[in-house]
Amino acid sequence: MKAFRGLLLPVALLLAGCQTVLMSPSGDLAVQQRNLIITSTVLMLLIIVPVIVLTLWFAWHFRASNKKATYDPEWDHSTILELLIWSAPLLIIIALGAITWVSTHKLDPYRPLERIDASRQLPADARPLVVDVVALDWKWLFIYPEQGIATVNELAAPVDRPIQFKITATSVMNSFFIPALAGQIYAMPNMETTLQAVINKPGEYQGFSANYSGNGFSGMHFVFHGLDEEGFSRWVAQAKANGGDLSREVYVKLAEPSENEPVKFYATVEPGLYLAILTHCVQPDDPSCMAHMEMKPPRTEGEAGAAAPAGDMADMSNHHPHSD
Amino acid sequence: MLAQTDLTKLIFGRLTLESLPLHVPIVLGTFAVVAIGAIAVLGAITYFKLWGYLWHEWFTSIDHKRIGIMYMILGFIMLLRGFADAIMMRAQQAISFGDNVGYLPPEHYDQIFTAHGVIMIFFVAMPMVTGMMNFVMPLQIGARDVAFPFLNNFSFWMTVAGALLVMASLFIGEFARTGWLAYPPLSDIVSSPDAGVDYYIWALQIAGIGTLLSGINLLVTIIKMRAPGMTMMKMPVFTWTALCTNVLIVAAFPVLTAVLALLALDRYAGTNFFTTTLGGNAMMYVNLIWIWGHPEVYILILPAFGIFSEVTATFSRKPLFGYASMVYATVVITVLSYLVWLHHFFTMGSGASVNSFFGITTMIISIPTGAKIFNWLFTMYRGRVEFELPMMWTVAFMVTFVIGGMTGVLLAVPPADFSLHNSLFLIAHFHNVIIGGVLFGLFAGISYWFPKAFGFRLDPFWGKCSFWFWVVGFYFAFMPLYVLGLMGITRRLSHFTDPALQIWFVLAAFGAFLILLGIGCMILQFVVSFRRREALRDVTGDPWNGRTLEWSTSSPPPKYNFAFTPLVHDHDAWWMMKKYHYQRPLDGFVPIHMPLNTGAGIILGGLSFIFGFAMIWYMWLVAILSFAGILVVAIAHTFNYHRDYYLSADDVRRVEASRTELLARHV
Amino acid sequence: MSEISTTYPASAGPTQPLVFHETTESHTPNGTLLGFWIYLMSDCLIFACLFAVYGVLGREYAGGPTGAEVLELPAVAVNTALLLLSSITYGFAVLEMQRDRQSPMMLWLTITGLLGACFITLELREFAHLVSIGAGPQRSAFLSSFFTLVGTHGLHVTCGIIWLIVLMSQVAKKGLIPANKRRLMCLSMFWHFLDVVWVGVFSFVYLMGVLP
Repeated sequence: MKAFRGLLLPVALLLAGCQTVLMSPSGDLAVQQRNLIITSTVLMLLIIVPVIVLTLWFAWHFRASNKKATYDPEWDHSTILELLIWSAPLLIIIALGAITWVSTHKLDPYRPLERIDASRQLPADARPLVVDVVALDWKWLFIYPEQGIATVNELAAPVDRPIQFKITATSVMNSFFIPALAGQIYAMPNMETTLQAVINKPGEYQGFSANYSGNGFSGMHFVFHGLDEEGFSRWVAQAKANGGDLSREVYVKLAEPSENEPVKFYATVEPGLYLAILTHCVQPDDPSCMAHMEMKPPRTEGEAGAAAPAGDMADMSNHHPHSD
Repeated sequence: MLAQTDLTKLIFGRLTLESLPLHVPIVLGTFAVVAIGAIAVLGAITYFKLWGYLWHEWFTSIDHKRIGIMYMILGFIMLLRGFADAIMMRAQQAISFGDNVGYLPPEHYDQIFTAHGVIMIFFVAMPMVTGMMNFVMPLQIGARDVAFPFLNNFSFWMTVAGALLVMASLFIGEFARTGWLAYPPLSDIVSSPDAGVDYYIWALQIAGIGTLLSGINLLVTIIKMRAPGMTMMKMPVFTWTALCTNVLIVAAFPVLTAVLALLALDRYAGTNFFTTTLGGNAMMYVNLIWIWGHPEVYILILPAFGIFSEVTATFSRKPLFGYASMVYATVVITVLSYLVWLHHFFTMGSGASVNSFFGITTMIISIPTGAKIFNWLFTMYRGRVEFELPMMWTVAFMVTFVIGGMTGVLLAVPPADFSLHNSLFLIAHFHNVIIGGVLFGLFAGISYWFPKAFGFRLDPFWGKCSFWFWVVGFYFAFMPLYVLGLMGITRRLSHFTDPALQIWFVLAAFGAFLILLGIGCMILQFVVSFRRREALRDVTGDPWNGRTLEWSTSSPPPKYNFAFTPLVHDHDAWWMMKKYHYQRPLDGFVPIHMPLNTGAGIILGGLSFIFGFAMIWYMWLVAILSFAGILVVAIAHTFNYHRDYYLSADDVRRVEASRTELLARHV
Repeated sequence: MSEISTTYPASAGPTQPLVFHETTESHTPNGTLLGFWIYLMSDCLIFACLFAVYGVLGREYAGGPTGAEVLELPAVAVNTALLLLSSITYGFAVLEMQRDRQSPMMLWLTITGLLGACFITLELREFAHLVSIGAGPQRSAFLSSFFTLVGTHGLHVTCGIIWLIVLMSQVAKKGLIPANKRRLMCLSMFWHFLDVVWVGVFSFVYLMGVLP
């Protein structure tokens, strides 16, 4: 049966797949996601492999030319078998459903971290590094409120310190994704999403937009540096030394569509710029600036909730799973 | 002077000579090929004086069998177009590394992947599924036609009009560059000001009307027109899946119509439904379109499940194992398909509880699906499995589909999806289920029912060549994408920086090439079978020793399908008739009530095409005139009360007598 | 018509004879009313979407006018009354149809059509007024969804009126033949359906819309 050949191919490919970034990541969240992928796959293989084997075996054994095989032309029902074929997938799905419920809550990107990695708990006084992420056409802007700097298409963070990304976009939807660090989350205009993650190994990792966003999409990638504390300070100092100022005017120019944008550093950032971007108020006369609309500004500090849409939209995707 | 410009604008809208892609060599070359091909076909039709035949016997036909066949032809032609897009993408991704930017600039590449998705779903899979249901289902339930024969013809031509609009976008202006679901804000007028998204909207709206009406039509047919004795639990499984699919169509397509209408309003009238300004909410579009989009997946796969059920039972020479649980599984899938749409965007940030709810509902669907797989498995058990082509497709499906099902359930685990979403892993998954499920099913169905439709079998040699190229090609084309997905490579990229990835893309391109050979063999198979049709002739009407009613009539069936309406006592009605040595009646025929052909459907379809085209290019005058034309023709059609006739008993006797003679000659 | 007998198996079959086909041409039941009903359900889903969209966007005023500021309940109340009344008059028309009394039926249909036309006129006046005070559909997401929901209903009523006129001329031409009666029943369902949808629009958009 040549179908066997078709079977061997994916097995070989899966072995090759073990070396990939998703299968050997460097951030605790991504590691847990990797473990989940493996657990679920193994669980499902418990039923998939027998089905494939039985299919090929039955097809072969009961071939018309094999007159030795039993032929029972009226046999079309067996209560026990039918119970079995419904309950076998049911049991697998019960197990997988339980795993899903628990892991989805545990690995929720909004949930503040509880540990640095499998062996280390998070110290009680740990304060996350906050990074405001803005997806522009077609590049990434990263603002570091604590350090007062900003960068384009380059990101860095100290290892083993929790990072809190606050993510939004200016015009179209993108998805913020660093496979080695953690799963992705959408970057959407008018809204803010959050990702809490930590990087455990120093290194250079690929980051990019994982949601098609137009012409310059293919060039919308950046390098994420995992650095030790000292290296991170050096990186910040370098940004301060080499960068210009990110004022509103500079930002407006930056926000114009451009492709394959090189790395840029900004030594200072105009206060409140990120909030202004989020609420469409960078240019105060913008008709859709939410400050004009007598609306509540989007919730930001202190509310680690779900996607906070700007304004109080009764948004379908707006749920508040956590109250902390 | 000014008046002149205004008039030109009124007639031609924003369509100018610059809209023609005269400066893009690839498109121009394609245009030349298509134009030469079209001229050749039209010339041949004219030369052989076939226009009258085509018009009277096919275009205006309200015979469900002919309409079904026309749907299949439309689907197959569009498959060639959609596959051309696929192989262009594979070629671009196989070479575009580092300094090499490939041969397609992003604005062209982005159109191609959008067109590929739109065409494959809306204009290949949908017409083929509809065509299959149209042809087979009325025969299976012992009916003479569908409930509304004219509506059937009209639905077909609306689908054609939509397909033509997509084809027109290749040469006039451009297609959308938004991905196949055209998410705003990317698809709004600010980010996509050109005609591409408008092509998308109007093609889908016009074809969507056809799909919806055909759904209503087939639904009423199944509910009202089953042969006496055929209770719901005695319907063939394919008819059951057709019933569920049409329920899904009727309950899902209005959502698509509504959401595309709102997008059109945003683009044409300046409203603020999905804009980023003045209170609009683009996430609502994503929710709404997937409330249509997920049931759509089951609209496609359920009839394929039905085909596999018929094929497995026939070629295992056994009744289907667990008929009742098959039916319940189908119904459960139908209901659940409305409760899973959010799994397409776990990464939007909807909180853990919402995500896990939709993740778990998605997994639950795999329970009835798994039960179905086991049912096919145990149908083969203690059977006498004959490996005719349809059965080969079925076994390939069972092996391939469970792999796709497994990766699908994996993607339904939200934290895993956070890593795998939008990656090539996802692409591999849905091609795994759509090719391995829907397409293999359609191919099985085509080779299974082809003799019924045309009176001769398909040539098995070229069919088997096609089968192996397709199956092996599929694994080569998509298994590397699983690996690339695990490498975190995202979809829709037209250029890569990391040269280490190239080998995987080259492998995938090789797979696509094998599939190309598979399609080539398939075309050869049709040609060879047509030339050898006398040798492959099916005189009995029952070439496979079938079980359901469609095999009880001649191949191809007469216009009226059955001289007398069959009476059904159990499922596998024809099998039972054979068991009781049923003799077909030879006289005593009565006149048969038949619908009359009409040209209204093709005229309305043509006017809808003009209307859609005019709306796309802002040709307001043309739009108003063609819309008025649609109204006038539609209303005029309702004044036609003369829509049916009686086929005389003598005519029926003549047709039946010629079959008797044929059977006698071949005993 | 001579009877065609099915031959029964001499050896394998049961003793009870089984008949495998009908011997006369049976008329399949007409599916038009069922089909039209299914169409209405699909149309209902379009409205459901528009209601859902209004539910999401109905308070997104974007600094523009609110529902309480621009919606005038008294005018809409008159409109509602007109449409409800037209449903009743259509009902009378159907009663007359069932008694095969063509002229009174046509009279009731005419009244129904006129009531529908008044409804549309009043609705267009309301729209024109809103646009004139700068509260057009482009102003905010709330107004977009308001105009679309109410306007889609109005479009349906307009189609209903055109259909009514066409159908009246067909009845005038052909009389109350079965085909025309069937069409009148379809239009009847359509008309009552629009009435039901309007009750939803009135409560959900207007009554709840004027709440602060």
